[in-house]
Amino acid sequence: MTQKNFACRISRSEPGPGDGGRTGSWRVLRPVIDLEKCIPAKRNKPACFTCWLYCPDGCITRTIPPTIDYEYCKGCEICAEECPVGAITMVEETVFIKEEK
Amino acid sequence: MHVIESGNVAAANGVKLARAHVVAAYPITPQTPLTEKLSEFVDAGEMDAEYIPVESEHSALSVCIAASSAGSRPFTATSANGLLYMSEQLHWAAGARLPIVMCVVNRGIGAPWTVWNDQQDAFSQRDAGWVQLFACDHQQIIDTVIQAYAIAETVSIPVMVCYDGYILSHTYMPFEIPDSDTVDGFLPAFSPEYALNPAKPCNLNTVTLPDIRPDVRGDTAPGYMEIRHNLHTDMREALNVIKTVDEKFYSIFGRGGHCFIEPYNCEDAEYIAVCIGSLSYQLRDVVDALRQDRIKIGVCGLRVYRPFPDEAIRETFKSAKGIIVLEKALSYGYEGALYADIKAALYDCDNRPFIHNYILGLGGREIKTQQLLDALRQSCTIDIPVPQWIGLKM
Ligand code: SF4
Ligand code: SF4
Repeated sequence: MTQKNFACRISRSEPGPGDGGRTGSWRVLRPVIDLEKCIPAKRNKPACFTCWLYCPDGCITRTIPPTIDYEYCKGCEICAEECPVGAITMVEETVFIKEEK
Repeated sequence: MHVIESGNVAAANGVKLARAHVVAAYPITPQTPLTEKLSEFVDAGEMDAEYIPVESEHSALSVCIAASSAGSRPFTATSANGLLYMSEQLHWAAGARLPIVMCVVNRGIGAPWTVWNDQQDAFSQRDAGWVQLFACDHQQIIDTVIQAYAIAETVSIPVMVCYDGYILSHTYMPFEIPDSDTVDGFLPAFSPEYALNPAKPCNLNTVTLPDIRPDVRGDTAPGYMEIRHNLHTDMREALNVIKTVDEKFYSIFGRGGHCFIEPYNCEDAEYIAVCIGSLSYQLRDVVDALRQDRIKIGVCGLRVYRPFPDEAIRETFKSAKGIIVLEKALSYGYEGALYADIKAALYDCDNRPFIHNYILGLGGREIKTQQLLDALRQSCTIDIPVPQWIGLKM
């Protein structure tokens, strides 16, 4: 019996987006990139990307400008801490909830 | 082939016949001769298995979990505090749905230290999600080990094969070692539907959030609660599998036929003594003696403790006047756990029998036939508070 559908009887994940769950719902602070300060955005060159390198959830893109996938960003603040020019600020999620309303 | 050997050697032969691929165990009294025998088998090339010496019971079961995840057929064994030391991994193996087989050679739990027999070790792990089978003699040990793999691999749930320390593990009895071709016919090579594969990497038993989630393909993956619910329903389903496996075993080997409860003199019994393990065979003499005094009494040995065979218990006990549950374990602060479970199973019967409970044999305290006679006679005549203790000297 269970031999047939064993895979749905345990927790198993494969490499790929989202298999760890929608961690975005954990976030209380949202990282927001100030493109006036962000190095690749300012110079239009593939430089820096320190935030991309450090994000433990791989939710920042290595693009000009870098973007953040809020579906999975858990708001850990590491990117903001590591950004060499202080381009990332952490904003209370409540601000966005009010905005969405 | 018929031999006269110890219960531990019977278990080792069962493991050999089941063609376990990986043996990882840490020696602990009274299990030690079992693992020693297996290492002899492997060393002599009689068993094509990897024997992995580990530094603890926790590691022993961890190795089995890894081996099973990779699709092999593992075996481990332990007793008492060793079982408790692997407790975390017991729950893990069940939640990970790995068909591991383990012998638990029942021994009392410290403190204070004891190496002698009771069943508190296995009973304390009742809710870990393992199938728990108990053997009453050496033949049942070897037969149950072989059946355990068939059950485990059908339901993807680990199975404990329990037998009484010393009373069975170290005594010598005649038993039959079935020939390996016949066993191969009964228990084909393990071919898991799913196993670790480097070509298709994945994480097993990852963190599950409280809710369900979409997986990489967008399909719904089960959450913790769904996985645990499935474990429960599959455990209930295991009752049918235990029955089917027993029937198949009986048709091939001519042994078995009592997959949940082994009755003795119960056809017309007004009173039934119930216990788990070797004690049920000791009680047969007691029942015979009481029958001479025209007390209509029988004895039932429970072979399966989890999943609990409540249906079979209701069928067998519902028309009795009285049930007497004798246990080598106790749920401290309440009563015997088996007693409580049997009471609950009989709750829905129209004419519930009375149920008595005796605690006995803890830490290897001798169980004398005369004490059993007195206790059963007392239970057939008067109402008594529960639990009663047999052999307590205070
Ligand atoms: S670390 Fe700061 S500057 Fe560098 S790419 Fe990220 S946001 Fe821009
Ligand atoms: S480093 Fe942390 S806060 Fe920044 S994007 Fe990644 S998950 Fe979000």
